[in-house]
Amino acid sequence: MLRIIAVRVVLGLLTLLGVSILIFAATEILPGDVCTAIQGQGATPDTLRVCRIELGLDRPSYVRYTEWFFNALHGDFGLSLTNKRDILKSISPKFVNTLFLAGYAALIAVPLAVGLGILAAINEGKWIDKVANIVSLAAISVPEFFIGYLFILFLAVRNHWFPSLSTVFSDMSFGERVYVTALPAVTLTLLVTAHMLRMTRSSVLAIMSQPYIEMAFLKGLARARVIMVHALPNAAAPIITVIALNLAYLVVGVVVIERVFTYPGVGAFMIDGVSKRDLPVVQAGGLVFAGAFVLLNTVADVLGVLVNPRLRRAKTGT
Amino acid sequence: MINRRYWPTVTAWIGAAIVAAFIVIAIFAPWIAPFGESQSVGETWQPSTNTYWLGTDNIGRDILSRVIYGARTTIGVALVTTVLSFMIGITTGLLAAVGGPAIDQVLSRLVDVILSIPLLIFALIILSMMGSSLITLVLTIAVLDSTRVFRLARSVAQNIVVLEYVEAARLRGEGLPWIIFREILPNALPPMISEFGLRFCFNFLFVAGLSFLGLGIQPPLADWGGMVRENGGAVFGGKAAPLWPALAIALMTVGVNLVVDWILSMNARPSGASAEM
Amino acid sequence: MAKAILKITNLRVESINGTVLVENTSLELKPGEVLGLIGESGAGKSTIGLASMFYARAGCRITGGTIEIDGQSIGDLSADGRRDLRGKRIAYIAQSAAASFNPAHTILDQVCEMPVIHGLMTRAEAKAWALELFKALDLPKPETFGNRYPHEVSGGQLQRAMTAMAMSCKPAILVFDEPTTALDVTTQIEVLVLIKKLIRDFNTAALYITHDLAVVAQVADRIMVLRHGKMMELGDAKQILTAPTTEYARALVTERAASDKLSVAVAPAKRQPLLDVQNAMGVYHKFVAVNNVSISVAQGETVAVVGESGSGKSSLARLIIGLLPRKAGTVTFGGRELSPALKQRSKDDLRRIQFIYQQPDVALNPRQTIGNVIGRPIEFYFGTPRAEVKQRVAKLLTQVGLPEDYAKRLTTALSGGQKQRICIARALAAEPDLIICDEPTSALDQLVAEDILKLLKKLQDDLGVSYLFITHDLGIVRRIAHRTAVMLRGQIVAEGTTPQIFAPPYHPYTERLISSVPEMRVDWLDEVLARRRRAQV
Repeated sequence: MLRIIAVRVVLGLLTLLGVSILIFAATEILPGDVCTAIQGQGATPDTLRVCRIELGLDRPSYVRYTEWFFNALHGDFGLSLTNKRDILKSISPKFVNTLFLAGYAALIAVPLAVGLGILAAINEGKWIDKVANIVSLAAISVPEFFIGYLFILFLAVRNHWFPSLSTVFSDMSFGERVYVTALPAVTLTLLVTAHMLRMTRSSVLAIMSQPYIEMAFLKGLARARVIMVHALPNAAAPIITVIALNLAYLVVGVVVIERVFTYPGVGAFMIDGVSKRDLPVVQAGGLVFAGAFVLLNTVADVLGVLVNPRLRRAKTGT
Repeated sequence: MINRRYWPTVTAWIGAAIVAAFIVIAIFAPWIAPFGESQSVGETWQPSTNTYWLGTDNIGRDILSRVIYGARTTIGVALVTTVLSFMIGITTGLLAAVGGPAIDQVLSRLVDVILSIPLLIFALIILSMMGSSLITLVLTIAVLDSTRVFRLARSVAQNIVVLEYVEAARLRGEGLPWIIFREILPNALPPMISEFGLRFCFNFLFVAGLSFLGLGIQPPLADWGGMVRENGGAVFGGKAAPLWPALAIALMTVGVNLVVDWILSMNARPSGASAEM
Repeated sequence: MAKAILKITNLRVESINGTVLVENTSLELKPGEVLGLIGESGAGKSTIGLASMFYARAGCRITGGTIEIDGQSIGDLSADGRRDLRGKRIAYIAQSAAASFNPAHTILDQVCEMPVIHGLMTRAEAKAWALELFKALDLPKPETFGNRYPHEVSGGQLQRAMTAMAMSCKPAILVFDEPTTALDVTTQIEVLVLIKKLIRDFNTAALYITHDLAVVAQVADRIMVLRHGKMMELGDAKQILTAPTTEYARALVTERAASDKLSVAVAPAKRQPLLDVQNAMGVYHKFVAVNNVSISVAQGETVAVVGESGSGKSSLARLIIGLLPRKAGTVTFGGRELSPALKQRSKDDLRRIQFIYQQPDVALNPRQTIGNVIGRPIEFYFGTPRAEVKQRVAKLLTQVGLPEDYAKRLTTALSGGQKQRICIARALAAEPDLIICDEPTSALDQLVAEDILKLLKKLQDDLGVSYLFITHDLGIVRRIAHRTAVMLRGQIVAEGTTPQIFAPPYHPYTERLISSVPEMRVDWLDEVLARRRRAQV
């Protein structure tokens, strides 16, 4: 079993390597480079040449990739092109903010979604399932900013229950932070919960149609026992995958939410970089998001191995 | 006898009606809209009146007219993107399933890596380099989205390739084109119909999201995501301006999802959960 | 006379969209009595079995009739009351043990669950009882057997473990739903013997559901014949087997009895080998599936390759047609050597050997019309113009016993037997010299299978085509094959004319195989046991 887990972890690291190459390559294969991007229409061959030498763009791309990648490994993302500040220094507090918001939402969303998803599945076709289906369908159809602005308009501006801007400062107390970020966290929660609920429901339903569930009913077991003892242990692996997938979705959803609530996170930082064509910032942001994404998927893979009795016993095997 | 099982549900009818209405609006926009697409007719962020049913926007244009024109761009871009994404995804997916292990490995690993970067992040990186012209936008999203279609098409095709009628064709000596287009494709498309709806919704929200971030469809073209961005500031003054285009986005997606939900439920079998106790 | 412990009166089960699955069926079961329910697919046997526990599968409903256990109508009980009966008074044994055991728990946990939950035993008592059952069911290392997970034991063992699970509450009634159908014949007989012993020792009443008359003959006291959800005939086991009164029961009995007898023409004395396989070896994922096999088929001859699952019989067929890589040996066809790889064979080589599959459902493209399915080989191999192809398709359809106007239809609406006829027509369209049939009747119902065999025989008489017939069913071999080869673990262990194979002196494996196939006599199983016991002494 340890071997299987080790393989998954190595696979995750390899993916991360691939991802870093892809992020770097995406900025290479396209026509133009940072200099044409910065200078835009006003570029002349001379200014471009000076700019390229200044930024070291005259060296071959693999050299620059290796340098960039190894520096990134040490936490050195270089300097921002626009304000010449150390990217690591600017991104760290924002990373903490984003993590706080995502964690906040996840803490509400995961138990809520998994619980409701299981509840909907075992009451398939009954009113609670139908309500959950319609509500979650509506929630996944609605863009993040719609809910966000709706909340701002009705909960913050017309009734002053929450602040309309979720600006946080480093000297805020934990309680204040929780209050200030309540609206973005709830918006994010709604969306992720809907997705996760639907996926949890369908994975539990897939298990519920297995012959061994029928057998459990025929053994005269109570419904609760059939579900808790016979269905859920088998549903654990698919549910873990669902959670990981949605947490990854949450990481991305954060980008738009941060914009709506002008929350100082990595998403807003990266969007800012994109609009200013600040390439090192964009690359750093991309790497942070992709890294979180790969990490979550790898953790899900490993947990999936741990809860699967077939794989769990692979080492002792017969 | 009509099989009741395949008869659309009430929610499916509602969904179909919403989608149909938006398509009509998109096609006949110039005849329906009371004002022009970028015609400034009033003050900034005027409230709803008899003339401007949904009020005016940040530079005094009629929001209703902009929403109607926006249907064209927003739905059109998402539709073209999805069609393109399916063409790329299905072609590569079938090729991976039929073309032998080497092609399969190369395509699958590439897709694995692309999919381990969140699509939005990837799109941001590319758009930041290329600038967001309409063509770049459509191509970028279509290529990125086709990775999902690729996975589905590949797995659907892989399930079909092992079926004996395909083997029978190979035993007969048929070439690759016959096997792909006559044996596999006709059987691979039906399970992908509902996926088309889902991908459309995804791309539609994706385009809207990018426009909202200022990286999607660019002004002066009216598009719903962009309209939300332009009018975002209005809510802080207690005005509902950005909510109208956002509502249009929500309605459209709900409509498509309701229809897709019905298609999916047709294929689903009842499970043990509903068995008689 | 003892009172019935299970009594079903006028049962009616419908699906949600209104199809009647079972109607007007009544039965009674006395303590210790075994009632066999027999019928083809769609007869409603399993539905009745489940209904006896007042359970209906998702999408079905019990809409009429009463079900009484110990004189108490279960329909009138509360959900809790019903649950209390299930497992405790009446227990169920399913066809697929692999699917019916929960992969997340050990076998012991699942066997002990029922008596503990129903409050009959403590966990320790349940464990001790399970151990006894494991011993009674001849499971290996009974002390530790239960600690394994379901995927860690073989199919036959798991089937026995499921019987142990059903017996864990010492129920008065057992419902067996095709418990041996998924097993090989030599395993089936072992399980059958244990089931019979267990029912006798505990004096348990049972409903025994199966499609095989010969199997039910060994365990049942009475037999009920079902068709399309209705009872056709109910009677004493011996009476049903020897003197059925309804036409349908008679057809089933006659057909099943035919497979016990040799009924094939003698192989032609002068053999012109058409297909000649010499010392062939085929490897699949590093596993030698076909090991040094030599076999030949002459013009107009039927050669059967018989064996249990995993014997390599299908791999041999795939090796001949070029789908399984041949590592050694030669395959000669019509005097020419065939390349091991499919891609290197000429169009004509491909045309001359055709293939018929086990599952007609997946052997036909559901998006093509029947006319296209049959017409394509004609067009592909002979380049025949459209109009002529149409005529030829019509003729082929008549030849396989289907109406000409089927050409315009899709295959999806056809029955299994009709689909297999289409497959045969598609094979004939190529005007082949040899047709390889890979278990072409095992997915079909008994009477339908019989018709397909007759059709294949008739086509051979008319067209002189040769067959290489892959099967696990000795009954089919007896009826269709001129020559027979018996395969075991990738090798041919016995070969000869069919009468030679089925007469002494036998190869030991052939004998075991032949003696394991249930015969249509009520005391066959006891005879075999007695014979085997004598042989051991």
